This record gives sequence, C-alpha cells and structure tokens, in this order.
Amino acid sequence: MSFYLVRKKYDAFDFDGYFASVTDRDVERVLAKNRLTETDYLALLSPKAEGHLEKMAQKAHSLTVQHFGKVVLLYTPLYLANYCVNHCVYCGFRVHSGLDRKKLSLGEVDAEAKMIAATGLKHILVLTGESREKSPVKYIRECVEVLKKYFTSISIEIYPLEEQEYHELISAGVDGLTIYQEVYDENVYAEIHPAGPKRNYRYRLEAPERACRAGSRTVNVGALLGLHEWRAEAFFTGLHADYLQSVYPAVEVSISPPRIRPYPGEYQPFVTVTDKNLVQYVLAFRLFMPRSGITISTRESAELRERLVKLGATKMSAGSCTAVGGRSNSQSTGQFEIWDSRGVAEMADMLYSQGYQPVYKDWQVV
Amino acid sequence: MADVFKIGGRELTSRLFLGTGKFSPNKLIPEVVRSSGAQVVTVALRRVDPGYEEENIASFVPGDCIMMPNTSGARNAGEAVRIARLARAAGYGDWVKIEVVTDNRYLLPDNLETIKATEILAAEGFVVLPYMSPDLAAAKRLVEAGAAAVMPLGAPIGSNRGLRTRELVRIMIEEIPLPVIVDAGIGRPSEASEAMEMGAAAVLVNTAVATAGDPVAMARAFGLAVRAGRMAYLAGPGATRQYASASSPLTGFLID
Repeated sequence: MSFYLVRKKYDAFDFDGYFASVTDRDVERVLAKNRLTETDYLALLSPKAEGHLEKMAQKAHSLTVQHFGKVVLLYTPLYLANYCVNHCVYCGFRVHSGLDRKKLSLGEVDAEAKMIAATGLKHILVLTGESREKSPVKYIRECVEVLKKYFTSISIEIYPLEEQEYHELISAGVDGLTIYQEVYDENVYAEIHPAGPKRNYRYRLEAPERACRAGSRTVNVGALLGLHEWRAEAFFTGLHADYLQSVYPAVEVSISPPRIRPYPGEYQPFVTVTDKNLVQYVLAFRLFMPRSGITISTRESAELRERLVKLGATKMSAGSCTAVGGRSNSQSTGQFEIWDSRGVAEMADMLYSQGYQPVYKDWQVV
Repeated sequence: MADVFKIGGRELTSRLFLGTGKFSPNKLIPEVVRSSGAQVVTVALRRVDPGYEEENIASFVPGDCIMMPNTSGARNAGEAVRIARLARAAGYGDWVKIEVVTDNRYLLPDNLETIKATEILAAEGFVVLPYMSPDLAAAKRLVEAGAAAVMPLGAPIGSNRGLRTRELVRIMIEEIPLPVIVDAGIGRPSEASEAMEMGAAAVLVNTAVATAGDPVAMARAFGLAVRAGRMAYLAGPGATRQYASASSPLTGFLID
C-alpha cells in the first residue's frame, strides 16, 4: 500500500479534537515508553506537550547521543539550474517570477565543485528547478559525473522522477534523494500549486517510494513549515518517514523541518512557526524515530542551529548558497534568503566548541 | 599453559577490540586506545577520508594497532565485498569486519548476506571477522566459509543493553571451533567481564566507551574487566547453587 493511501486514512481525522483531549498524564505516559505509536507521536506534537519540552529534550538528547554520538554530518547544496515550469506561490524560482534564469555548464559545475571541495566537504546535495526541457535527467547525470571527482556522496533535490530515471541517476553515482512534499494537506497543496506538473500531489508523494525501489541509500522527506498547520504537517512527515523505514528497511530515512524564509515574491506564510514550535517538532520526531536523521539547514539562524545540535540534529548544511553559480558570481538571485551564512570551518569550530565532532565523509559510492 | 589468543596467524595481546564511531572529538581516540590496551581497532571505511588528513578517522588509530576496516553501510554481500577490497587497496591491510545490515531500525545483521561475503573475501585471502546475529547454524556456515572468528551481537548496536543473547552466545562458544567475539550491545565493563567469564575469546566495544562521560577512564575500565573476566574463565569458577550448602549433609556419617 502506497503512503498516499496511508495518508488518506487521516482525511477525516479531527486533529483539534484529538489535541483537546490530550492530558499531561498522556504526555508523561508517552515519555515513559521506549517505542512510540503514531498516536503517541501526535500527543508529543500537541499544545499540551509544550509544558513538557525540557523532559522531551533530555530524552531526545540522550537518544541522539546513544544512536549517533556527538557527531554532526556536514554538507552543502549546489544549485545547478533555476529554470522552472511550476507555479508554487511561495517559491522564488516559480515560473513568471521575473528571475534571471541560469543553468550551469559542466565547466561551471566543475569550478563550483572545486571551490566546495576545498572546504573539505565530501557530501553534496544538487538542486534544480522543475524543467524537464532545460534540466533533463541526462543533464543532471552529466553533472553527477563531474561531481563524482570531488565528492564521495551525492544527493539530489530535483523534480520527481520515474523509478527508471532514479535508477539511471543512482547508477551514475547518486546515493540519496531529498524531496519535500511541501504540504501534506491535499487541499492546501492544490491551492498553492495552481498549475504545472507539481500539481500532481500523489506523484510527488510517492517519489521517495520510487527512489527506494530504484536502490537509493537514503531518502529525506519533509514539509515546508508555514504553508499549513504545522502540527499536522509534522505528524504526516513523521508518518511518511516511518512508512518508508518500515517498507524499505535497508534505506536510511531522515527528515528535514524547513521553515519558510523570505524570498523574492509576495506570498505570506499561512502560519507562523515559532522557534518553540520547531523545537517541539524536532524533539517529538526524535522520540518517535530515535535512529532517523534530522537535517537542519541554513534557513535557521546560527543561534538556533547551535541549540538544535543538542536536541536531535544529525546533519547540517554549511557554506550554503541558494543561487545558481552563486559561489563564483555574487550577483545571482537565490531561491530564498539563507539565515546562517557561516562557512564550513566556522561550523566545524562551532561544533567542536560544543563538544561535537563534525563529519565530512560518511559514505562513498561502492 | 600460556593463554595464547591468535587470529589470522597473529598472536594478540589484548582481548578487547575497540570501535571508533561516535567519538567527539576524534582526537580522543589515541588516548582511549592506549588506556584500554586494545590492539585491534575497527574503523568504518565509509568514514575514512585520506584526502583530509586532519579529519581522517583512520589517522587517529595508533600505528602499532591492527586496523580492522568494517563494512558499515553495506546492504548486501556485494557491497560488503567491494568495501573490503577498497579498504585493502587503500593500504588498510587484510583484516575486515563484515557488517551487512538491511534493517535500519535495529541495525540487526543479515546473516545470509554475511555468509556470502565471508566466503568470497576469505577466498581472496582476507582475515574475515563477521558480525552476526547469534545463530548456531549460521555460525557453522561461517566456519565453512573461512571466517577467522565469529562475532555475535550481545544486543542491538549502540543499545548498551548488555548480554541479552546470553544463551545463544553460550551455545556458540561451546560448539564453534573458532574464537567467538561478542560484538555490539555491551554497555558496561561488568557485562564485558561476564562475556569473558562465559568463555568468549574477546569482546568488541564502541558506544559504551565513546558515549561515556569520561571515555578514557571507561576504556581503561573495559580493559581491566576483560582481563578479569578472562582470568576468571581460566581459573574455572565454582558451581553456582540456589541455597547455602553444607559440605556432606547426607553421607558425613560414613566418615570414620
């Protein structure tokens, strides 16, 4: 059964009614358990659980150290192209945004890769907008061939592909997929994706399953926080990760909790997700899935990222740039504004100062 | 008679093997190894980065240790074999710990794939130490496949839950003609000592040391516990009883 059908079972679920029924005793009972059910996870996402954040944090910290050590994997994103045919109302890369479009030549990919590799990073995440015409799978594969010379682990964050296409990229050297559903609520999804191929909710939702079947080593899922009620979105992200881990146990499943950032456009977030909300989400997910990775990007401030190191984060970006070719050309416009602009060495120093070990390499294609 | 411990033709002075994951910072590793007295140290090849010497985990392993690359991250025999070959080609010797995991919730090993990888690598001259779920039939097949030792788990990796698989490991110690090394799950020196008292040839510890408040002191405690457990095993512990026992309650009257 696809995750789409798992998700559908909750179409009529009364989240507000459930949250209103959660008591302090319910939260304490969940905190005493070793293995949480999906209902337990939802209890930890409830407003009532906000009164138990310190206890949740203590347990989340202890589980993270037990399973991962005081260790954080560093990576950086590389934007290959910003051509996009979608109409996502919240995104700086959307079609008709007036943005200057650009696609890196293979020579430019090589130049950017060289600059990134000089920082010591071995894990890279490559991104494109959705344009099968301008950034076809063949182009991405050619870029991967260049990047393989510099990096031992290459993940993709691109438009959803067919299983065979994922297989093609994995055979070329890709080992991980990041794809955000953006919003798990199907009605809201339709509203904020008014046109373009991304309107197909189910095709995007099932993309991680296709990647797992194609042999991806890792998949990273998430909802863009701010587009809809965050507690339900956090719940479905956790359910999605749990589903993938159960059906594809050999795959390393992780999540990201990205919050919407200022971008070149008019859309205002539907809800404000506070630091406290984000922390509650990270803690609840860590207790629900103790062995799964949690990625915190430079969308968050340096101060908050430092705090999140001890609350469950296992992977962080550093030296990020959201513009195509932005490392060699500072005039390029990014997809969104990054908040934590520290380079790799500064991030490593921060981790060391907290008693954590930065990891630059945690996989190589075999 | 001297208590000789040999694997792959090498005589080992310590029965404590150490893992190098989860340390923070990595520069603690040399001191931890020295403090523990360990001679065999395992390193995940996925973390080895010869291109960045200051952060390369392999460069923290003291030069007089036997470095045993492990195949962490391998999901099948083919990947484990390729990782082992990469490690040897990179100059990390012939010892390899086979680790094939197809379950990311508990990180339990896949014995079938482990046997396949062991067969291939042993035939290529590797000294193969397979990490396995404690199962006698699988262990016998690993012996036939050419393993140099077998390494059953005491509890899931990183769980620090101790010797949960006690009975299965005990049977393996009795029946398998190779060194049985308890790998994974050992959380405290007393549990390492218990495994050694049972007759385990060695124990491999990582999380319990790496995540301890003072890893250097904990490494020393494990080193001592392993030695104590081995000494107790060799000394032959007395039988255990439920009740206090007088010397000859039934036949004492026969003594002249």
